[in-house]
Amino acid sequence: MINKIFASPAEAVEDIFDGAVVMISGFGEAGSPIELIHALIDQGAKDLTVISNNTGSGHVGLAALIAHRRVAKMICSFPRTANSKVFPELYKNGEIELELVPQGTLAERIRSGGAGIPAFYTPTSVGTPLAEGKETREFNGKTYVMQHALEADFSLVKCKAADRYGNLIYNKTARNFGPIMCTAAKTTIVQAKQIVGLGDIDPETVVTPGIFVNKVVEVANPAEESKLVAEDRRYPW
Amino acid sequence: MVGNEEKKGWSIGEMAQKAALDILDGSYVNLGIGMPELVADYVPEGREVIYHTENGLLGMGPVPEPGKEDPELINAGKKCVTAIPGACFFHHADSFTMIRGNHIDICVLGALQISEEGDLANWSTGAPDAIPAVGGAMDLVAGDIKIYVISRHTTKTGEPKIVRECTYPLTGKNVVNTIYTDLAIIDVTDKGLFIRELAPGVTFDYVQERTEAKLNQYS
Repeated sequence: MINKIFASPAEAVEDIFDGAVVMISGFGEAGSPIELIHALIDQGAKDLTVISNNTGSGHVGLAALIAHRRVAKMICSFPRTANSKVFPELYKNGEIELELVPQGTLAERIRSGGAGIPAFYTPTSVGTPLAEGKETREFNGKTYVMQHALEADFSLVKCKAADRYGNLIYNKTARNFGPIMCTAAKTTIVQAKQIVGLGDIDPETVVTPGIFVNKVVEVANPAEESKLVAEDRRYPW
Repeated sequence: MVGNEEKKGWSIGEMAQKAALDILDGSYVNLGIGMPELVADYVPEGREVIYHTENGLLGMGPVPEPGKEDPELINAGKKCVTAIPGACFFHHADSFTMIRGNHIDICVLGALQISEEGDLANWSTGAPDAIPAVGGAMDLVAGDIKIYVISRHTTKTGEPKIVRECTYPLTGKNVVNTIYTDLAIIDVTDKGLFIRELAPGVTFDYVQERTEAKLNQYS
């Protein structure tokens, strides 16, 4: 029998090891798997390389993981937002490494990683500082820069509903990086607002096919990051 | 002249209106954060325009009524928005396929500097203590999407933003099609920068004095 359902976030993130590469879904707070991240803080893995679009807000979620010095390197497109305090401070002190990647290149590197394509050529960033030192090639008279795929040991993803096979649907713009991150990790761990029965998700509307998902945990009432930040909450509570 | 300087030219709303007039019926449009967002308020009646936001929504609607905000329904500036009937959601690789693959028709962006060749700098001033952050800016200009820039003609301190060569780190080379400033609408062409329209009370020489790059007039 296939049953990818785990009882708690803590059990779902148990295997994450020191030095792991971890993709974390979300664009700002939308789609950020905050309970899985908090479980990872409790679990203690360190020297992580984290691939995520941003670096979190306030002192919860991804920002808390960084504040606890578990992240050695961030790969992201926009490492600051209105409420990001933790990453900017560590970065200015030289205490965390940053690989800055254009957002669409970040998405395509993840998609390629999941699709078994080791590298690709893109027009994005040609002639800019972010293409310096990278291989370029001309196709049809236009210059493109080579980018390598990204793969991870683990992906942490938030979705709206999942079944025990790992089929997923998402909520509005919280989908963002979730579907591609599910494909690009050896172990994909998902927190779902609801776990539903097999067949309850119409096969025509499944967004992430279950084959890309390894572990599912129900978090029925996920925290809202912006509310926690407004209250200046810090994890662990 | 100095005393009247503030009053010359178009307001921000009028600049947005000018850019909106150049968005044809049926266009798929991506609006950058800030001043470009205003363009949506001025699309002429009778034109149906679909707005794309690169975090994964086609068919972005106006800001929600107070109390109706959904933190999982946001735009690229991470502000709460709505989805119009007929909207759709998609993941990031699809979203940037729409951009890089030239499916979006027009993108309206802000600028720090624009060169006479149409190079754009809009993501970093290159200051050594700044945290570099690029987001989707470089992807939006990488394809053959029409790039409209909406920007004040000069900086707050009066320095030209339309320059011979950008001194700030580039977002893309030779990417801008049209510039809408408070003083003029300027087309970027293979033969240089051409003024298409001057704001009321503004002369060609007045704009040229505030522009480092050479401007031309259509004959």
